[in-house]
Amino acid sequence: QSFGQLAMTKESKALIGLYHGQVHCKKNKFGTPQREVKTLAVLGAGLMGAGIAQVSVDKGLKTILKDTAQQGLDRGQQQVFKGLNGKVKKKSLTSFERDSILSNLTSQLDYKGFEKADMVIEAVFEDINIKHKVLKEVEAVIPAHCIFASNTSALPISQIAAVSKRPEKVIGMHYFSPVDKMQLLEIITTDKTSQDTAASAVAVGLKQGKVVIVVKDGPGFYTTRCLGPMLAEVVRVLQEGIDPKKVDAISTAFGFPVGAATLIDATHVAEDLGKAFGERFGGGSIELFKLMVEKGFLGRKAGKGFYVYQEGVKNRSVNSGMDEILARFKVPAKPEVCTDEDIQMRLVTRFVNEAAMCLQEGILSNPVEGDIGAVFGLGFPPCLGG
Amino acid sequence: MTSILTHAVRNLPASSAWAARVFARSLSCSSQLQAAAVQPKSKKTLAKSGVKNIVVVEGVRIPFLQSGTSYADLMPHDLARAALQGLLNRTSVPRDVVDYIVYGTVIQEVKTSNVAREAALGAGFSDKTPAHTVTMACISSNQAMTTGVGMIAAGQCDVVVAGGVELMSDVPIRHSRKMRKTMLTLNRAKTLGQKLSLISKIRPDYFAPELPAVAEFSTSETMGHSADRLAAAFAVSRLEQDEYALRSHTLAKKAQDGGLLLDVVPFKVPGRETVTKDNGIRPSSVEQMGKLKPAFVKPYGTVTAANSSFLTDGASAILLMSEEKALAMGYKPKAYLRDFVYVSQDPKDQLLLGPTYATPKVLEKAGLTMADIDVFEFHEAFAGQILANLKAMDSDWFAQNYMGRKSKVGAPPLEKFNNWGGSLSLGHPFGATGCRLVITAAHRLKKEGGQYGLVAACAAGGQ
Repeated sequence: QSFGQLAMTKESKALIGLYHGQVHCKKNKFGTPQREVKTLAVLGAGLMGAGIAQVSVDKGLKTILKDTAQQGLDRGQQQVFKGLNGKVKKKSLTSFERDSILSNLTSQLDYKGFEKADMVIEAVFEDINIKHKVLKEVEAVIPAHCIFASNTSALPISQIAAVSKRPEKVIGMHYFSPVDKMQLLEIITTDKTSQDTAASAVAVGLKQGKVVIVVKDGPGFYTTRCLGPMLAEVVRVLQEGIDPKKVDAISTAFGFPVGAATLIDATHVAEDLGKAFGERFGGGSIELFKLMVEKGFLGRKAGKGFYVYQEGVKNRSVNSGMDEILARFKVPAKPEVCTDEDIQMRLVTRFVNEAAMCLQEGILSNPVEGDIGAVFGLGFPPCLGG
Repeated sequence: MTSILTHAVRNLPASSAWAARVFARSLSCSSQLQAAAVQPKSKKTLAKSGVKNIVVVEGVRIPFLQSGTSYADLMPHDLARAALQGLLNRTSVPRDVVDYIVYGTVIQEVKTSNVAREAALGAGFSDKTPAHTVTMACISSNQAMTTGVGMIAAGQCDVVVAGGVELMSDVPIRHSRKMRKTMLTLNRAKTLGQKLSLISKIRPDYFAPELPAVAEFSTSETMGHSADRLAAAFAVSRLEQDEYALRSHTLAKKAQDGGLLLDVVPFKVPGRETVTKDNGIRPSSVEQMGKLKPAFVKPYGTVTAANSSFLTDGASAILLMSEEKALAMGYKPKAYLRDFVYVSQDPKDQLLLGPTYATPKVLEKAGLTMADIDVFEFHEAFAGQILANLKAMDSDWFAQNYMGRKSKVGAPPLEKFNNWGGSLSLGHPFGATGCRLVITAAHRLKKEGGQYGLVAACAAGGQ
């Protein structure tokens, strides 16, 4: 009887809807690509690059991982090894299988072998000049059919493609960290990207085990664009004097798997978005972030953000260095919007409004992809269906 | 064993034009030295009519490291796999083209008795490619190569990967025989009473572990001890040995700094750094070396830690093909493997004299003399061993009384000998050294413009 009751709840409908959405997003609506991607090259052995390499090699895709420094390359290789070794420890892989999978990965500092690459995914620093430089270097060595994909989270793909000789082969493939656990892949097409390129990108994403949504080019695309205003609101709430741990508790109570303050620490916010959308992104002050960056509180990557992150320690303590910054930017709270539910609504509505705008402007092609993108990429509460 | 290599480039145009001599291929079962014949400047070809030309396309090795350093947490098949991956990367040879893989190793890891197979599967070779492992003490990879040569010559295969590996950082340390017997019997014991009675027989001495020794089984003599006796028999002094060791380290350092050690591929050790260089090369000075106490025969021996090869971890891999296959695939071979010979002698008193016995045999087979050879690469187990061999080769008395020959074969001139260092300085992972010798000889022939190279090594068991 209880089962019957549960089956009729809104949450159940929401989750079933998500399941259908996932199935929908696992189909390649661009058809079969002309050529199968057999050799993949990943530029940049950082957190994202190594993660992309990991989900590629364990599906049998031969991957070349390239970086500019031996240290960076070593770190990336170690990350892939650790990822696979974790599975060995849990006994879902044998150590032999781990080594066989790793033999699909070639790590190098030069462009050897790129003439055989079918697709290159760049995951270098989020700096348009570096991306332009890399694109030009790579186009000189790759074959004509090779696709160039960028893992950028916010730089417009058309801007990156501006220096390309073959803009129809340039596409965005935005993965989410940690790449081996987050199922979403957001593919971004410009109006110059060819159908076949999109088909290939979706095919590779599906091969890597991802749930794929395809969106149009625009500042922040879809996911970053929706996250931005929400995080800006989080900052404002913090400035109003609410403790980061409380903010986290409130957002997890609403259904987010990861608390909002922790989420800020885990992502990076692009200033450009603020410029593009102006007031809609207002709320928290940009200066707060600038000061955090200056002090080195870059977030999880640097070990300190709103919280202090230590290896092996699960309960994070609030970064006391933040108290001073927050005190400086203290803003009086408006009492009528200060209850817990109010704060929850404030955060969520910023997100939802932006998502609606994306659908309206044609960035998103349908609401299903919007739901899937929000839930699987950004951690929007699944019980609400996205 | 000694093997003769011909520098490929010089011979390519010549081989079809010149009539080849017909040689009887004598493959003696005892392996001792393999001599490969290399041709001298007369541009004579060593090709034999009716026998395929077999070429070395490429050879690589991972850096050889002192035991207990960066490779210490790995297993032998990890090292072998890294060498194979290095070879695949270097040559871009498609994996399904390789017909067979043979590896040589000495101290076997008990869990992976066919290290060739484990390494091949791990490196991504097709599971349809057969692989087997050979052992012949220090010439295990030489044996792997000649096995490959045999298969190609017999027409069974066209492309063979041969190699060698050794991991001295982790050796199988066994329970004593008594303990093993107790454990195995316990397995079979059915009742609790039987089990208890077995356990009650365990005494403290059951717990003493058995370590594998670098020694001759038949004589219970360690290699170093035998080398010391050999040096004494040939009146090789401590000073001569130290000087030779210094030469080896100095030349190795020069070659390493000069970028001549092209066969080394970098290896990213999981959990540690990427290893790019051999770490055993340590030139010091004769005075420093003179301070060391003898390691094997105390107190008056002459063999010390400085003038012996050290315990090393490493792996090598070499790609062998028939000449037509190599050319058809667009490769430029590095050398021809022309001839080889194995010899055996008494493991007690002639343990390390293999090179001396084999060299004249293979030269005769190939119709060459010592003067014809441009490049010599001999395995340096101990400085004393090398010097004793050189003295023996240079001695008419030895030739007449021990080898049954009329006159001496002559010692190789030092200026052509191990010019880029040797096992003393680069390291001696037992199973892997043979491939290193062959590919170094091939590279040296190219660099120095020679035509024939001779590779030789001694091995345990008197081979």
